[in-house]
This record gives sequence, C-alpha cells and structure tokens, in this order.
Amino acid sequence: MTYDNENLKVVGTRPVRPDGADKVTGRANFGADFSMPQQLIGKVLRSPHPHARIVSIDTSKAEALPGVKAVMVGEDMIAMAHEMSQSGESAIDVHDLSLNVLARGKVLYDGHAVAAVAATSAVIADDALDLIDVTYDVLPHVSDVDEAMKPDAPVLHEDMFTAGMDEKPATASNIASRMEMALGDVEEGFKKADIVIERSYKTKAVHQGYIEPHAVVANFAEDGTATVWCSSQGHFAIRDLCAKLLGMDSSAIRVTPAEIGGGFGGKTTVYLEPLAIALSKKAGRPVKMTMTRAEVFRATGPTPATSLDVKIGVTNDGQIVAAEADFRFNAGAFKGSPVGAACMSAFTPYTLENVKVVGYDVVTNACKSGAYRAPGAPNGAFAVESALDELAHMLNMDPLDFRHQNGAEAGTKAVYGATFREIGCKDVLVAAKNHPHYKSNLGPNQGRGVASGFWFNIGGQSNAAVNVHEDGTVTVVEGNPDIGGTRAAMAMMAAEVLGIPFEKVQVVVADTASIGHTDVTGGSRVTFATGMAVTQAAEDVVRQLKERAAATMELDPEEVVWQDGVAHPTKGEAKPLSLADIAGDAARTGGIIVGRSSINAKGAGPSFATHICDVEVDPETGRIEILRYTAVQDVGKAIHPSYVEGQMQGGAVQGIGWALNEEYVYNEDGILENPGFLDYRMPVASDLPMIDTVLVEVANPSHPFGVRGVGEAPLVPPLAAVVNAIQDATGIRMTELPVSPVKMLEALEANQKQAAE
Amino acid sequence: MRFEVADTLEGAASLLAGEQGVAHVLAGGTDLLVQLRAGMVKPDLVVDIKHIEATRTISESDGAYTIGAAVAGAEMGEHRTLASDWPGVTEGAELIGSTQVQGRASMGGNLCNASPAADSVPALIAAGATCTVVGPGGTRDVAVADIPTGPGSNSLGQGEFVATINLPKKAANSSDAYLRMIPRTEMDIAIVGAAANVTLGDDGTIMAAKIVLGAVAPTAIEVPEAGAALVGTKADDDALAAVAAACEAAAKPISDKRGSADYRKKVSGVLAKRAAKIAFDRASGNA
Ligand SMILES: Cc1cc2nc3c(=O)[nH]c(=O)nc-3n(C[C@H](O)[C@H](O)[C@H](O)COP(=O)(O)OP(=O)(O)OC[C@H]3O[C@@H](n4cnc5c(N)ncnc54)[C@H](O)[C@@H]3O)c2cc1C
Repeated sequence: MTYDNENLKVVGTRPVRPDGADKVTGRANFGADFSMPQQLIGKVLRSPHPHARIVSIDTSKAEALPGVKAVMVGEDMIAMAHEMSQSGESAIDVHDLSLNVLARGKVLYDGHAVAAVAATSAVIADDALDLIDVTYDVLPHVSDVDEAMKPDAPVLHEDMFTAGMDEKPATASNIASRMEMALGDVEEGFKKADIVIERSYKTKAVHQGYIEPHAVVANFAEDGTATVWCSSQGHFAIRDLCAKLLGMDSSAIRVTPAEIGGGFGGKTTVYLEPLAIALSKKAGRPVKMTMTRAEVFRATGPTPATSLDVKIGVTNDGQIVAAEADFRFNAGAFKGSPVGAACMSAFTPYTLENVKVVGYDVVTNACKSGAYRAPGAPNGAFAVESALDELAHMLNMDPLDFRHQNGAEAGTKAVYGATFREIGCKDVLVAAKNHPHYKSNLGPNQGRGVASGFWFNIGGQSNAAVNVHEDGTVTVVEGNPDIGGTRAAMAMMAAEVLGIPFEKVQVVVADTASIGHTDVTGGSRVTFATGMAVTQAAEDVVRQLKERAAATMELDPEEVVWQDGVAHPTKGEAKPLSLADIAGDAARTGGIIVGRSSINAKGAGPSFATHICDVEVDPETGRIEILRYTAVQDVGKAIHPSYVEGQMQGGAVQGIGWALNEEYVYNEDGILENPGFLDYRMPVASDLPMIDTVLVEVANPSHPFGVRGVGEAPLVPPLAAVVNAIQDATGIRMTELPVSPVKMLEALEANQKQAAE
Repeated sequence: MRFEVADTLEGAASLLAGEQGVAHVLAGGTDLLVQLRAGMVKPDLVVDIKHIEATRTISESDGAYTIGAAVAGAEMGEHRTLASDWPGVTEGAELIGSTQVQGRASMGGNLCNASPAADSVPALIAAGATCTVVGPGGTRDVAVADIPTGPGSNSLGQGEFVATINLPKKAANSSDAYLRMIPRTEMDIAIVGAAANVTLGDDGTIMAAKIVLGAVAPTAIEVPEAGAALVGTKADDDALAAVAAACEAAAKPISDKRGSADYRKKVSGVLAKRAAKIAFDRASGNA
C-alpha cells in the first residue's frame, strides 16, 4: 500500500524525538554507562610497531599480579579460515577480523591488539599490561598506498595474491584485488573529444570521529551463554560476529543495544566485544572494556587514504564523451576497502556512454579501514567533481549547467549495471541553480564551488512488531539502534497508518533475543527498510482491528473502513469503533492485538546531492573560512524533515572537515602522530556557518511513503565543493586533501613565484 | 596523592614547601587534570588555590590592575574596565579553549604551565606585566617574561607559586592587541601568537612599541627590532612590512605536525603586523 502525500497527518511534521531530552541532558545510557556488580575491567595491550613479528609473549608476571583475573593472547582465539561474513554495507573476512581483534604471528600496525587482561580495577589492569613482555622482531613497514603497490614494498601477508587478475600472480603482494567495470568503449569515446584532461588526486585517512568511544560489558554465564551490553550500529551483527569468532551458537549470545553516540559506519564491526566475552569466560565474572580516544584513533576503522587518477573527455559544446578512472584505496592492515563502491558511484550522477573504472584494494601498515558514511564515494567524487569543475572552466560553462547537460535521469544506465527509475539528480541541480545562494555576490579572496554526489542506499532485512495495548496506546518493537532520530520516524509511520497521534506510539529498540534479525543501522536503510517493516506491521494491526470491529458490528471485514484511527461500518447502524475501543475489548474478542512484519526490503531508491560552498582564503596565512554552505538533495519523502536536514548538515560538516583539516598523520616510523581531538582537527561549531538545506522530494515508488535513504549522500559532494570554491577564490587547484593552512600557503606562494617568473 | 584546599596565601605556601615529593598547584585544572589523566604528571600533593580571596579577585588602584592568578578568563572579559583598558591582554586570556574552558582556565595556570604557545602570555609581556610570587621565603615581584624558562618548565622555586598578575597603569594614548593562528576557531593550540602594545605621542605617531611572539621559540619572545620599526611611524605599510620582516627573522620555530618552521616564521610576521595595526587603531581611538 502507498500513502497519498495530500492526506498525511503525521508524516512530514516535526514532533520532538522521544530520545532527545535524555540525550541532551546526559541521562541517556550509552555504551560506557552500563556496569554490573562484580565486574572486572578489561584492557588491551597494543603494538608500538607498525610491522613486526611477534617472537614471544610472556604473560606470567601479569598473571601473578594480585587482582588480575584473566589474561589472553592471540593463541587463545580460535583459528579461522577465510570466509566472508556480511556486516553492514560490506562483507568482512572473519579470518582477518579474528587477527584484527587479537594479533597472532605478526603485528601489522601501530595500535594492533596483542594481549588483553581483566582485573579488579583499571589501575591494576594497566599495571598488568606493563608486566606483559612481548619480544618483537621489527620488520620494514609501508604506510602509503602507492608505495605499498611497488614490487619491492614490504609484503604484509605472504598468502595474499591479487584477486581479479586474468592469471593468478606468481608472487604475493599488497594488492588484495583489482576490479574493473565499464560501459561502451572509452578509446573510441576519447577520439570524439575536443578537450581531454587527466588529473591525479590524493586523500588521507580520516576517522568518523564519533564522540562515544567503543565500550562493552560482557557476562559469560555458567550455562555457556553470554550476555553483552554495548553500543553499536547493529547488535545482531555484533552477536553473529562474536559467535563466529568464539565458536559459539548465535542463540547463546544475547546483545542488548545501548544508546549510540555516533557511528557513521565505524560501529558495524567488533573490536572489544569478543575479548570481553572471552575474558569473562576465563575469569568467571562480568568484564567491562572501554577504549580511550587514542585507542579509537589507533585501532578502529577510519576510511582509507586514497590515490586517484581521472581522465575525462568532452566536446566543445559540453558533452562528456568518455570518462576513465583508476582508484587505489589504502585498506590498512587487512583487505576490504570500499574501492568497489567508489568505482560504482564516482561517475554515476552522469549519463555516460563510455566509461571505465579500475580499482585496487591495497593493504598497508595502518589500522584496518572501516566503513564511513557512503564508504568510498566521497573519495571518488572528490576526483571526478574536481576534474569536472576544471572542464566547466575550460568550456566557459556554468558548472551546474555543465552537470545538468550530462546529468543522470530515469533510464540512465550506471556503470555498475543499474538502470535508474525515478531519480532526482537533475531536479537537485535545478534547485541549486535557483537558490539565492548561487546568485549572491562574493567579495575579494572569496570563491564559490559546487559539486554533486550519488549514493545507492540499501534495503535489507528488518523486523518489526506493533503491540496494541488495552488503553489504545501502541509500542513498536524494532531492531535498529537509533542514530539519526529513527525512533521518531518509526513512530510517525506507525501513527500515520494506525490513524492515531504520534504521542500514542512508543518505540523500543529490542535486544537480539526479543525481535528477529535486523541488519545494521547503515547504508541509509533504516527509515526505508525498517520503516517499511513498521508500516507493514502497523497495516497488519489495522487488518486485525478491522476484523475485530467487523465481528462486533456483525459485518464482514471488507464492510469496515479504517479512517483516522476509527473503524467505520460501510452499512448498517453499528456505531464506529476507535482503536482504543477495540483494544479495550481485545481480551474478549480474541486476545491482545500484535502486528508483525519480517522483510528483506527491495527497491531502495538512490539519492543525489549537490552542494554549494563559499570560502574565503586568507592570502597571507592560507587559512580557509567557510562563509556560506547550501546542501541540496533528493530525499524521496522526508518523514521527519528536521532529522533529514540534520543528516544533510552533519554530512556536509564531516565533508568540510575532511577537505580542510582532518587527516591521519603517520610519521616516518609508521606511528600515528595525532591520536586525539587536539591534533586530529574535526570542525568545531564556531568554524561553520549555518548549513542551509533544500529538500527535493522525488518519491521512491518502492516505499509506502516514498522514502529514499538520506544519511550518506550528503558526505559525497563536500570535498570537491570546498576545493572548487578554493580554486574560484585563488585560481589554484588543490589536488591533495586536506587543504590545511600550511599547504594552502605553500601553494599560494608557489603560485606567486610562478606568476613573477 | 594528597589533595588539599588552601584558604590563605601563606597556608598554600607552607603546604607546598612541606611536600618532599612532587607538588602541584591547582587553579582551573584545565592543564593539570588533563595531564593527570594522561599519566603525564604524578603529583604527591595537589593544592587548590581557588579558595584564596587574593587569587580570585581583580582589583584596580590608580589605574593599575591586580588580577588573582586563578581568575578565570571569562571573569576577565566580564570586568567593567579591564577589557577596555587592556583589550589585548583580555583577548589573549579569552581565546583560551572554548566557552566551557573559559569558566575555569586562568592566566596563572597558563603562565606556569609554560607552554610556548600559551595564549595569555605574549600580551602580558608586551604590557610589561609582573607577577607576585609567594613562597616559603616570603613574597617577591617578578616580570612575567621571567617565569617560563622553556616548554613545561618555569623559574619558580620549591614551594613558590604565583599569587597575582599585575598590570601597570596604562600609558596615555596606548593600547594593545593579540592575535593567534589556529586552523580552526577554537579548541586548538596556537601555531603562532603575536601581541602588540603601542603608545602614541600627542601627534598620533608611535612613541613606544613592543611586539611579542608566541609559539615560535621555547618561550614567548619579545622582538625589539619590530617594536623599533614602529616608533616614529603611524603604522603605515612600510613600517608594518618592517615589523613583519623583523619577526620572521627573530622567530626560531620548530617543525612539527602542527606546522612547518617555514610556515610559522612567515605567519609570525603576518600576525605581528596585523596585531600592531589593531593596537595602533585602538590607541588612536579608531577601533
Ligand atoms: C580543551 C582545552 C583547550 C585549551 N585551549 C587553550 C588555548 O586555546 N590556549 C592556551 O593557551 N591554552 C589552552 N589550553 C590549556 C589551558 O586551558 C590553559 O593553559 C589554562 O590557562 C590553564 O589554566 P588553569 O587555571 O586551568 O591551570 P591548571 O591546569 O590549574 O594549572 C596548570 C599548571 O600550572 C600550575 N599552576 C597553576 N596555577 C599556578 C599558580 N598560581 N602558581 C604556580 N603554578 C600554578 C599547575 O600546577 C599546573 O602545573 C586548553 C586546554 C584544554 C583542556
């Protein structure tokens, strides 16, 4: 069933989210807020080397320390074969995951876990770590992706032979895989071009920067089951990965989700959870583990550093005739960067006859990269949208007109094989062009840039139950941790279907034993897929309500219509019955009413975004200020417009940070130099203007309310939007991120020197 | 670790002097608590000086100010006349951290923590400020410039601490300014800081000037050549260019993850000339 835009009563309004007040007053319970009686504190010993063989680990002194109840090393984990397990938007190799959780044989990056302890206090646990003697045989390391691809680079994994080659390579290398996708014939396409440019770009690894560090409490009980409390983007994924790594049954682990203080893709996998369960099993007591901020930076999953080449050919009238890219992604210590998504998405806002993209997934001695909001897409878009900006200048065309002329639309076939149905790519470009921001004037040293971006969005498995209570109120039970206000969105959709006020609906995010498997909060899927499940579960309730009312009215269910929360007879004299009337009588008419839905949602609608950014560059210090910023996006249907706007603003801000100051600084010794928020510079509130938003609503026909995902697309355009604005302000094309003041001033001076010569 | 709260200057001094191990004064704690949690300092004794009236008050007498060493930056900004008499000193202290940090962070802590990048120090030196040091041997006045001796070290003796920071009576037709370079707008460490203090003669030309740089040497440094370049001018472009050149030459920065030495040298010149211009405009009544 689809719901008509005109008649919506709740969807599209802006009620206050139910979890909001507790979160802003500090009362909400996040991962580290949970404690158990008798709990031990667990800590992890981490490698001080980027690459070394572990010769020996002596834990005897640590074990002898009073208060230490358990110590474990890599050999205490079970050996895993290579096997891909689905987690979030990407698949994880459980063999690699196990080695990342606790190293065996070699350490592969600064911060790699080598041992774990549980003790009666944090101080004793820290002392115990100091008493563990690890002998390392330090090996040569490599941190840069292009260096790691060279034949003489130190090899991380002796058993890694590049996948995706016509012939299996004879020697092991750091190139985990090569992939290629194409449409048409680029060679032929370039022959038709009047202008061809070829450019190279680089980005650094950047962290999601969620404010809440990873935290877990695990209690392994005498009956061999474990209970886990932690914050994550998907407690079912945590349960299943722990079960795999520890050789336990999924039914033997129950994970209760805490409130989550940000994830952005980074909390779709496990780090501490398997260790906490294993330590609890060993010690016979609950174990609590919390990462420090430095551990979060050193040993969780930032998005890869990348090295990107792009070649684009256009005709003089602005038609793109061929486009080619070569993307090299630094996966960190283990394979599995999102280079595939980069290849699939970078050119996708455009209708292209001839396009070819090659991607390499490369391992280096850096922490294993993880998912970060639209994984891979911002990197690819940075390269492509920078090159397109340059071409628009060369063609003397407005950059939005140039994009519009080549823009994707219904019927466009993307390089990854999809053919689009209704999409809002061009509507978004038009809305950007018409926005007052785009027409406003700029002062000296100021510039304006635009860029576009695409994200797939996904569906996936979701479960929902809707319990109708005797007093006519309703509880929705679902399985997705609420990150962006999804409790509110779920309640709104349920209220809309049931025809009752928003306030009558509560939403509970249930533990893994209390609702069916639900995929992670990721891929911008929750409001789409879980929203679809909730809608269907509410419709299941309506069906039952009509049945009960019909029985009371002595009619057939088809002779009853449901409107605004009331069952109306279409014939006869029976009095209409409200949801509360029917619920109050439910015990007598067949028992309490529960609606259910279990789906694998198909038909996720892609989202397109275009951003406009104004900057001012201080010509003497290289400091860059964001003056004005507008994010325009096709959001399908905004269930709760404020939270859609929030997603767009947040994505834009993260992208601005990525463009200007954020970077992992690995020094020559392969050590991370800035594992803290002082020197890992995310934007602070006072750095930014209000981020203006424009919601373009092109409904997704596959969703009852027209929802597309909205959470990831807004991180795709900002990197290029900022850099294109810098180009407009200074005439300088910056090709390496971040554009720190130091880098900007160097470029300004080099430019001046060149001009003088 | 022992924690004591002192309610008199003498009480604090005797607690500190009596400790054989490592003793630390606690003012706002915005450096000390961070260092404690990171395991960088392991004091045997911490003495909170915030309950001593003298360290918590700002008083003015005949145009001279006495500012308690533990007065928070936000309190300086809210003072009725301090901010207009000493805009540069006040903005240096008020730049520290963020709104939250401002409620605690003090100039005493900023000075004694002795970071080369301490934001309140350059303007204090440019102002010719002194501090009153209390210790087991009594009380002495020391130039602010003589407190920091290098990154993380200061010249205070065993049992000594700073009770107040003292600003002289402001000269007629004078003013000051402080600027710093950080990539963001707050919550950062200065890559370069520059303070200027200028005094004008009756004809509006600069009669005396001091330029002090932060974060480009082990301690904040005065650049006399830069001050001299301003004297006799109206902070015109040539004079400002000379200020910048003098500062670039005097800066002896290191390269680190926060900025290259080359960058710091150039930007020290840029900020110094800008601060000089602001101080000049303020002194001329044009700001
Ligand atoms: C988030 C954050 C942001 C920051 N941003 C900045 C910034 O922008 N600029 C900047 O310069 N600093 C910054 N800092 C550092 C710090 O806030 C300042 O140095 C502040 O002025 C310290 O003052 P306090 O009163 O908190 O000192 P405390 O932490 O109480 O003391 C600092 C040190 O000085 C000693 N000490 C304190 N008072 C005295 C005294 N009267 N006599 C002798 N010794 C004393 C203490 O024993 C300790 O060793 C920041 C810190 C944080 C946490």
